[in-house]
Amino acid sequence: MSTATTTTKWWNGGKSPFNVEYGKAMMWYFLMSDAFTFGAFLISYGTIRFSTNGWPDPNVVFQSYPFKSETSGPAPLVFVSIMTFILIISSVTMVQAVKAGHEMKKNKVVMNLIWTIIGGAAFLGCQAWEWNHLHHEGAWWGHNPFLNSDLTQSSTNFTNYFFTITGFHGFHVFSGVVINIIMLIMTLNNSFEKRGHYLMIEKAGLYWHFVDLVWVFVFTCFYLI
Amino acid sequence: MEHSEVIHIEHHQNKNEVRNVTIILSILTIIELVLGFWMMDMKEGSTARLATKITIIVLMLVKAYYIVGYFMHLKHELRNLIMTVAVPMLLFVWFIIAFLYDGNSFRNLRNNYDPHFKEQSTIKKTPTEHKPEHKESGHEEKKEMH
Repeated sequence: MSTATTTTKWWNGGKSPFNVEYGKAMMWYFLMSDAFTFGAFLISYGTIRFSTNGWPDPNVVFQSYPFKSETSGPAPLVFVSIMTFILIISSVTMVQAVKAGHEMKKNKVVMNLIWTIIGGAAFLGCQAWEWNHLHHEGAWWGHNPFLNSDLTQSSTNFTNYFFTITGFHGFHVFSGVVINIIMLIMTLNNSFEKRGHYLMIEKAGLYWHFVDLVWVFVFTCFYLI
Repeated sequence: MEHSEVIHIEHHQNKNEVRNVTIILSILTIIELVLGFWMMDMKEGSTARLATKITIIVLMLVKAYYIVGYFMHLKHELRNLIMTVAVPMLLFVWFIIAFLYDGNSFRNLRNNYDPHFKEQSTIKKTPTEHKPEHKESGHEEKKEMH
Protein backbone atom coordinates (compact mmCIF):
# COMPACT_ATOMS: atom_id res chain seq x y z
CA MET A 1 0.00 0.00 0.00
CA SER A 2 1.59 3.22 -1.08
CA THR A 3 1.68 6.01 1.45
CA ALA A 4 1.25 8.77 -1.12
CA THR A 5 -2.47 9.36 -1.50
CA THR A 6 -2.14 10.51 -5.10
CA THR A 7 -1.36 6.99 -6.31
CA THR A 8 -3.80 5.18 -4.01
CA LYS A 9 -6.30 3.10 -5.92
CA TRP A 10 -9.50 4.04 -4.15
CA TRP A 11 -11.91 1.86 -6.07
CA ASN A 12 -10.00 -1.43 -6.05
CA GLY A 13 -11.70 -2.72 -2.94
CA GLY A 14 -10.51 -3.34 0.57
CA LYS A 15 -10.95 0.24 1.61
CA SER A 16 -13.62 2.91 1.61
CA PRO A 17 -13.45 4.89 -1.64
CA PHE A 18 -14.35 8.04 0.26
CA ASN A 19 -11.87 7.25 2.99
CA VAL A 20 -14.58 7.45 5.62
CA GLU A 21 -16.25 4.68 7.53
CA TYR A 22 -19.43 3.21 6.11
CA GLY A 23 -21.74 4.87 8.62
CA LYS A 24 -20.38 8.31 7.88
CA ALA A 25 -20.74 7.89 4.11
CA MET A 26 -24.31 6.70 4.62
CA MET A 27 -25.06 9.67 6.85
CA TRP A 28 -23.90 11.97 4.05
CA TYR A 29 -26.17 10.15 1.60
CA PHE A 30 -29.10 10.45 3.98
CA LEU A 31 -28.42 14.16 4.44
CA MET A 32 -28.40 14.61 0.65
CA SER A 33 -31.82 12.98 0.42
CA ASP A 34 -33.12 15.16 3.24
CA ALA A 35 -31.66 18.20 1.50
CA PHE A 36 -33.66 17.30 -1.61
CA THR A 37 -36.84 17.08 0.46
CA PHE A 38 -36.32 20.43 2.13
CA GLY A 39 -35.15 21.93 -1.13
CA ALA A 40 -38.29 20.73 -2.87
CA PHE A 41 -40.45 22.27 -0.14
CA LEU A 42 -38.64 25.60 -0.26
CA ILE A 43 -38.54 25.78 -4.05
CA SER A 44 -42.25 24.99 -4.30
CA TYR A 45 -42.80 27.79 -1.77
CA GLY A 46 -40.80 30.13 -3.97
CA THR A 47 -42.69 29.09 -7.08
CA ILE A 48 -46.10 29.65 -5.48
CA ARG A 49 -44.97 32.98 -4.07
CA PHE A 50 -43.66 34.07 -7.46
CA SER A 51 -46.89 33.00 -9.15
CA THR A 52 -49.01 35.15 -6.81
CA ASN A 53 -49.57 38.86 -7.17
CA GLY A 54 -49.55 39.71 -3.50
CA TRP A 55 -47.96 38.19 -0.39
CA PRO A 56 -47.99 39.15 3.32
CA ASP A 57 -45.11 41.27 4.52
CA PRO A 58 -43.07 39.13 6.94
CA ASN A 59 -42.06 42.23 8.89
CA VAL A 60 -45.73 42.81 9.68
CA VAL A 61 -46.58 39.17 10.44
CA PHE A 62 -43.54 38.23 12.53
CA GLN A 63 -43.07 41.22 14.80
CA SER A 64 -43.44 39.97 18.33
CA TYR A 65 -41.42 38.23 21.00
CA PRO A 66 -42.19 36.65 24.39
CA PHE A 67 -43.29 39.08 27.14
CA LYS A 68 -43.59 41.93 24.66
CA SER A 69 -45.94 44.60 25.89
CA GLU A 70 -49.00 45.51 23.87
CA THR A 71 -48.06 49.16 23.70
CA SER A 72 -44.54 48.90 22.29
CA GLY A 73 -44.06 49.15 18.54
CA PRO A 74 -43.52 46.21 16.19
CA ALA A 75 -40.15 44.46 16.52
CA PRO A 76 -39.61 42.49 13.32
CA LEU A 77 -36.66 40.10 12.99
CA VAL A 78 -35.76 40.33 16.70
CA PHE A 79 -37.10 37.00 17.87
CA VAL A 80 -36.03 35.04 14.80
CA SER A 81 -32.50 36.44 15.08
CA ILE A 82 -32.30 35.11 18.62
CA MET A 83 -33.46 31.71 17.36
CA THR A 84 -30.84 31.74 14.61
CA PHE A 85 -28.01 32.56 17.00
CA ILE A 86 -29.13 29.87 19.45
CA LEU A 87 -28.93 27.27 16.69
CA ILE A 88 -25.57 28.50 15.38
CA ILE A 89 -24.05 28.42 18.88
CA SER A 90 -25.44 24.93 19.45
CA SER A 91 -23.71 23.92 16.20
CA VAL A 92 -20.45 25.35 17.54
CA THR A 93 -20.75 23.36 20.78
CA MET A 94 -21.42 20.26 18.67
CA VAL A 95 -18.20 20.89 16.71
CA GLN A 96 -16.40 21.13 20.06
CA ALA A 97 -17.98 17.84 21.15
CA VAL A 98 -16.75 16.10 18.00
CA LYS A 99 -13.27 17.57 18.45
CA ALA A 100 -13.18 16.41 22.06
CA GLY A 101 -14.21 12.97 20.79
CA HIS A 102 -11.19 12.88 18.49
CA GLU A 103 -9.00 13.66 21.51
CA MET A 104 -10.82 10.96 23.56
CA LYS A 105 -11.68 13.52 26.24
CA LYS A 106 -14.90 12.10 27.64
CA ASN A 107 -15.78 14.91 30.05
CA LYS A 108 -15.38 17.58 27.38
CA VAL A 109 -17.64 15.58 25.05
CA VAL A 110 -20.26 15.39 27.80
CA MET A 111 -20.16 19.12 28.54
CA ASN A 112 -20.47 20.13 24.91
CA LEU A 113 -23.24 17.62 24.21
CA ILE A 114 -25.18 19.05 27.15
CA TRP A 115 -24.84 22.58 25.78
CA THR A 116 -25.92 21.40 22.33
CA ILE A 117 -29.00 19.70 23.79
CA ILE A 118 -29.88 22.83 25.76
CA GLY A 119 -29.50 24.94 22.60
CA GLY A 120 -31.73 22.60 20.61
CA ALA A 121 -34.37 22.54 23.33
CA ALA A 122 -34.28 26.34 23.59
CA PHE A 123 -34.79 26.64 19.84
CA LEU A 124 -37.77 24.27 20.01
CA GLY A 125 -39.24 26.32 22.84
CA CYS A 126 -38.88 29.50 20.80
CA GLN A 127 -40.48 27.90 17.75
CA ALA A 128 -43.34 26.60 19.90
CA TRP A 129 -43.90 30.11 21.24
CA GLU A 130 -43.92 31.53 17.71
CA TRP A 131 -46.47 28.94 16.58
CA ASN A 132 -48.65 29.55 19.61
CA HIS A 133 -48.49 33.31 19.14
CA LEU A 134 -49.45 33.11 15.47
CA HIS A 135 -52.20 30.61 16.23
CA HIS A 136 -53.68 33.05 18.73
CA GLU A 137 -53.78 35.63 15.98
CA GLY A 138 -55.85 33.21 13.89
CA ALA A 139 -53.16 31.64 11.74
CA TRP A 140 -53.11 27.89 11.08
CA TRP A 141 -53.23 25.43 8.20
CA GLY A 142 -56.16 26.64 6.14
CA HIS A 143 -56.53 29.94 8.03
CA ASN A 144 -54.70 33.12 7.13
CA PRO A 145 -55.73 36.26 9.03
CA PHE A 146 -53.05 38.43 7.44
CA LEU A 147 -53.48 40.67 4.42
CA ASN A 148 -50.98 40.98 1.59
CA SER A 149 -48.53 43.83 1.76
CA ASP A 150 -50.60 45.68 -0.83
CA LEU A 151 -53.70 45.18 1.36
CA THR A 152 -55.34 42.71 -1.00
CA GLN A 153 -56.90 39.47 0.19
CA SER A 154 -54.21 36.90 0.91
CA SER A 155 -54.45 33.15 0.39
CA THR A 156 -53.92 30.31 2.84
CA ASN A 157 -50.76 29.35 0.90
CA PHE A 158 -48.82 31.67 3.20
CA THR A 159 -49.74 29.98 6.47
CA ASN A 160 -49.84 26.49 4.95
CA TYR A 161 -46.26 26.79 3.76
CA PHE A 162 -45.06 28.49 6.92
CA PHE A 163 -46.42 25.88 9.31
CA THR A 164 -45.54 22.92 7.09
CA ILE A 165 -41.93 23.90 6.46
CA THR A 166 -41.13 25.21 9.95
CA GLY A 167 -42.97 22.19 11.36
CA PHE A 168 -40.94 19.76 9.27
CA HIS A 169 -37.76 21.55 10.32
CA GLY A 170 -38.85 21.61 13.96
CA PHE A 171 -39.43 17.87 13.74
CA HIS A 172 -35.84 17.50 12.58
CA VAL A 173 -34.60 19.63 15.47
CA PHE A 174 -36.61 17.48 17.86
CA SER A 175 -35.22 14.23 16.47
CA GLY A 176 -31.75 15.78 16.57
CA VAL A 177 -32.17 16.62 20.25
CA VAL A 178 -33.34 13.03 20.92
CA ILE A 179 -30.32 11.65 19.06
CA ASN A 180 -27.99 13.94 21.01
CA ILE A 181 -29.54 12.81 24.30
CA ILE A 182 -28.91 9.20 23.27
CA MET A 183 -25.32 10.16 22.39
CA LEU A 184 -24.96 11.75 25.83
CA ILE A 185 -26.22 8.64 27.59
CA MET A 186 -23.92 6.43 25.54
CA THR A 187 -20.96 8.67 26.34
CA LEU A 188 -21.75 8.64 30.05
CA ASN A 189 -22.01 4.84 29.93
CA ASN A 190 -18.49 4.67 28.43
CA SER A 191 -19.76 3.01 25.24
CA PHE A 192 -17.35 5.06 23.16
CA GLU A 193 -14.45 4.63 25.52
CA LYS A 194 -14.93 0.87 25.15
CA ARG A 195 -15.10 1.15 21.37
CA GLY A 196 -11.99 3.26 21.28
CA HIS A 197 -13.50 5.94 19.09
CA TYR A 198 -16.20 8.60 19.14
CA LEU A 199 -17.18 8.24 15.49
CA MET A 200 -20.89 7.99 16.40
CA ILE A 201 -20.73 11.52 17.83
CA GLU A 202 -19.29 12.68 14.53
CA LYS A 203 -22.26 11.27 12.64
CA ALA A 204 -24.72 12.83 15.07
CA GLY A 205 -22.76 16.05 14.56
CA LEU A 206 -23.30 15.89 10.81
CA TYR A 207 -27.05 15.56 11.36
CA TRP A 208 -27.08 18.48 13.79
CA HIS A 209 -25.16 20.77 11.43
CA PHE A 210 -27.56 19.83 8.66
CA VAL A 211 -30.47 20.90 10.88
CA ASP A 212 -28.73 24.24 11.48
CA LEU A 213 -28.05 24.63 7.76
CA VAL A 214 -31.69 24.06 6.85
CA TRP A 215 -32.70 26.71 9.38
CA VAL A 216 -30.35 29.19 7.65
CA PHE A 217 -32.30 28.61 4.43
CA VAL A 218 -35.77 28.59 6.03
CA PHE A 219 -35.05 31.75 8.01
CA THR A 220 -33.83 33.56 4.90
CA CYS A 221 -36.76 32.50 2.70
CA PHE A 222 -39.58 33.17 5.15
CA TYR A 223 -38.35 36.07 7.24
CA LEU A 224 -35.80 38.01 5.24
CA ILE A 225 -36.65 38.07 1.55
CA MET B 1 -18.99 -2.69 11.63
CA GLU B 2 -15.99 -1.37 9.75
CA HIS B 3 -15.24 -3.84 6.99
CA SER B 4 -13.15 -1.47 4.92
CA GLU B 5 -9.90 0.07 5.97
CA VAL B 6 -9.77 3.80 6.43
CA ILE B 7 -6.44 5.40 5.68
CA HIS B 8 -5.61 8.06 8.24
CA ILE B 9 -4.38 11.14 6.47
CA GLU B 10 -2.81 13.69 8.72
CA HIS B 11 -4.38 17.09 8.33
CA HIS B 12 -3.08 19.94 10.37
CA GLN B 13 -6.16 21.57 11.81
CA ASN B 14 -5.87 25.17 12.74
CA LYS B 15 -6.57 25.42 16.45
CA ASN B 16 -8.55 28.59 15.94
CA GLU B 17 -10.52 27.31 12.95
CA VAL B 18 -13.73 26.77 14.90
CA ARG B 19 -13.51 30.20 16.51
CA ASN B 20 -12.79 31.93 13.21
CA VAL B 21 -15.61 30.21 11.35
CA THR B 22 -18.02 31.02 14.20
CA ILE B 23 -17.06 34.67 13.99
CA ILE B 24 -17.48 34.66 10.21
CA LEU B 25 -20.93 33.06 10.47
CA SER B 26 -22.02 35.55 13.13
CA ILE B 27 -20.83 38.51 11.07
CA LEU B 28 -22.60 37.20 7.96
CA THR B 29 -25.82 36.73 9.93
CA ILE B 30 -25.60 40.25 11.34
CA ILE B 31 -25.03 41.67 7.86
CA GLU B 32 -28.08 39.76 6.61
CA LEU B 33 -30.19 41.15 9.45
CA VAL B 34 -28.98 44.70 8.82
CA LEU B 35 -29.87 44.32 5.14
CA GLY B 36 -33.26 42.94 6.17
CA PHE B 37 -33.92 46.00 8.30
CA TRP B 38 -32.68 48.33 5.59
CA MET B 39 -34.92 46.65 3.06
CA MET B 40 -38.01 47.59 5.05
CA ASP B 41 -37.68 51.18 3.91
CA MET B 42 -37.33 50.27 0.27
CA LYS B 43 -40.32 50.49 -2.00
CA GLU B 44 -41.96 47.24 -3.09
CA GLY B 45 -40.86 46.15 -6.55
CA SER B 46 -37.90 48.53 -6.67
CA THR B 47 -34.51 47.46 -8.02
CA ALA B 48 -32.90 48.34 -4.69
CA ARG B 49 -35.14 45.81 -2.98
CA LEU B 50 -34.36 43.13 -5.54
CA ALA B 51 -30.61 43.80 -5.33
CA THR B 52 -30.76 43.53 -1.52
CA LYS B 53 -32.66 40.25 -1.73
CA ILE B 54 -30.07 38.82 -4.12
CA THR B 55 -27.27 39.94 -1.79
CA ILE B 56 -28.99 38.23 1.14
CA ILE B 57 -29.28 35.02 -0.89
CA VAL B 58 -25.60 35.16 -1.81
CA LEU B 59 -24.69 35.66 1.88
CA MET B 60 -26.88 32.68 2.74
CA LEU B 61 -24.95 30.50 0.27
CA VAL B 62 -21.63 31.69 1.72
CA LYS B 63 -22.87 30.70 5.17
CA ALA B 64 -23.85 27.30 3.79
CA TYR B 65 -20.32 26.90 2.40
CA TYR B 66 -18.77 27.59 5.81
CA ILE B 67 -21.14 25.31 7.72
CA VAL B 68 -20.75 22.40 5.29
CA GLY B 69 -17.05 22.94 4.66
CA TYR B 70 -15.80 23.47 8.20
CA PHE B 71 -18.42 22.43 10.73
CA MET B 72 -19.33 19.31 8.76
CA HIS B 73 -15.68 18.92 7.87
CA LEU B 74 -16.39 18.35 4.17
CA LYS B 75 -13.52 20.59 3.05
CA HIS B 76 -11.04 18.19 4.62
CA GLU B 77 -12.52 15.08 3.04
CA LEU B 78 -11.52 13.34 -0.16
CA ARG B 79 -12.41 15.03 -3.42
CA ASN B 80 -14.80 12.14 -4.24
CA LEU B 81 -16.96 12.85 -1.22
CA ILE B 82 -16.87 16.60 -1.79
CA MET B 83 -18.10 16.10 -5.35
CA THR B 84 -20.83 13.69 -4.23
CA VAL B 85 -22.29 16.49 -2.16
CA ALA B 86 -21.36 19.53 -4.22
CA VAL B 87 -22.54 18.46 -7.69
CA PRO B 88 -26.20 17.77 -6.76
CA MET B 89 -26.26 20.99 -4.79
CA LEU B 90 -25.05 22.94 -7.81
CA LEU B 91 -27.79 21.28 -9.85
CA PHE B 92 -30.09 22.70 -7.18
CA VAL B 93 -29.15 26.18 -8.31
CA TRP B 94 -30.54 25.30 -11.74
CA PHE B 95 -33.63 23.87 -10.02
CA ILE B 96 -34.19 27.13 -8.11
CA ILE B 97 -33.74 29.42 -11.10
CA ALA B 98 -35.95 27.27 -13.34
CA PHE B 99 -38.83 27.09 -10.90
CA LEU B 100 -38.77 30.74 -9.91
CA TYR B 101 -38.77 31.66 -13.58
CA ASP B 102 -41.63 29.22 -14.10
CA GLY B 103 -43.60 30.69 -11.22
CA ASN B 104 -43.09 34.18 -12.54
CA SER B 105 -44.21 33.12 -16.00
CA PHE B 106 -47.28 31.48 -14.51
CA ARG B 107 -48.16 34.75 -12.81
CA ASN B 108 -47.77 36.74 -16.03
CA LEU B 109 -49.91 34.27 -17.95
CA ARG B 110 -52.62 34.37 -15.32
CA ASN B 111 -52.62 38.14 -15.22
CA ASN B 112 -52.96 38.25 -18.99
CA TYR B 113 -55.58 35.58 -19.50
CA ASP B 114 -57.46 35.28 -16.21
CA PRO B 115 -59.36 38.53 -15.52
CA HIS B 116 -60.67 37.29 -12.17
CA PHE B 117 -57.13 36.58 -10.97
CA LYS B 118 -55.96 40.03 -11.99
CA GLU B 119 -58.99 41.70 -10.46
CA GLN B 120 -58.37 39.97 -7.14
CA SER B 121 -55.09 41.79 -6.84
CA THR B 122 -56.77 45.18 -7.12
CA ILE B 123 -59.46 44.78 -4.47
CA LYS B 124 -58.14 46.24 -1.25
CA LYS B 125 -59.45 44.99 2.04
CA THR B 126 -59.77 47.33 4.97
CA PRO B 127 -57.06 46.48 7.49
CA THR B 128 -58.29 46.38 11.07
CA GLU B 129 -55.55 48.41 12.76
CA HIS B 130 -54.57 51.07 10.24
CA LYS B 131 -56.68 53.73 8.68
CA PRO B 132 -58.63 52.27 5.75
CA GLU B 133 -57.35 52.74 2.23
CA HIS B 134 -59.84 52.76 -0.61
CA LYS B 135 -59.57 52.21 -4.30
CA GLU B 136 -62.03 54.16 -6.43
CA SER B 137 -63.23 51.25 -8.57
CA GLY B 138 -63.71 47.74 -7.33
CA HIS B 139 -64.03 48.62 -3.67
CA GLU B 140 -65.97 45.83 -2.03
CA GLU B 141 -66.81 44.94 1.52
CA LYS B 142 -65.56 41.38 1.95
CA LYS B 143 -67.12 38.95 4.40
CA GLU B 144 -65.04 38.02 7.44
CA MET B 145 -62.58 35.15 7.40
CA HIS B 146 -63.41 32.27 9.71
